[in-house]
Amino acid sequence: MIDDYKCTDETISIAITLEAIDTEAMLRFVNSDKSGATVLFMGTTRRLTGERETTRLDYECYETMAIKKMREILDEARSKWAFEKASMAHRTGTVDVGQTSVAIAVSAAHRKVAFEAAEWLIDTLKQVVPIWKQECWADGSREWVHPGFHKT
Amino acid sequence: MIVKVLLFASAKQLVGESHIELGLDDEATLGSAKASLIEHYPMLMNLLPKCTFSVDQEYAEDARPLYHGCEVACIPPVSGG
Repeated sequence: MIDDYKCTDETISIAITLEAIDTEAMLRFVNSDKSGATVLFMGTTRRLTGERETTRLDYECYETMAIKKMREILDEARSKWAFEKASMAHRTGTVDVGQTSVAIAVSAAHRKVAFEAAEWLIDTLKQVVPIWKQECWADGSREWVHPGFHKT
Repeated sequence: MIVKVLLFASAKQLVGESHIELGLDDEATLGSAKASLIEHYPMLMNLLPKCTFSVDQEYAEDARPLYHGCEVACIPPVSGG
């Protein structure tokens, strides 16, 4: 198994990693003297869903396709918004409560573009990138999260 | 032809394998691969209609022709983020 999958050029960086996401490095990557705004979105493991307690999330990823889809949605975002640079990273494996499972950084000349592109990127990632989370509940049970599918 | 089918999340859990190989007719499409998958792994019956499929890391429809050695993946509803 390969630990890290990456795809990087001058304005786009993509990573899937078993290690903690280095958001500082992502912010350095998107920094540009053409940009006046940088947005960083982080998704983190939440302890409570309603009244149920989560101890950790275990992620699984179809790495080669996930990198391809992340690249495609960044290219599509580029056709919609004139941002300067963007960086996207997703964890695989175990992500404990409070840790970051996904991060997206976008820089742009003005904040509206950076906010809109970052929001669209995380919404679209959650719909099309082949990554799954398994809830590990405090009572010891585990459950794959598949929106729209409920076991009967 | 023989195609490799990758299984993820609940699909992997139900079958107990991360990938399987399917022997198919030379004219097989993704649709016929799905039919063969349910026939050999009936535990996927309820989940499969909710899954999308990819061929060589691209989402694909049932009419997509397959070829020997291609990489098919069964993709249950995704939950990244």
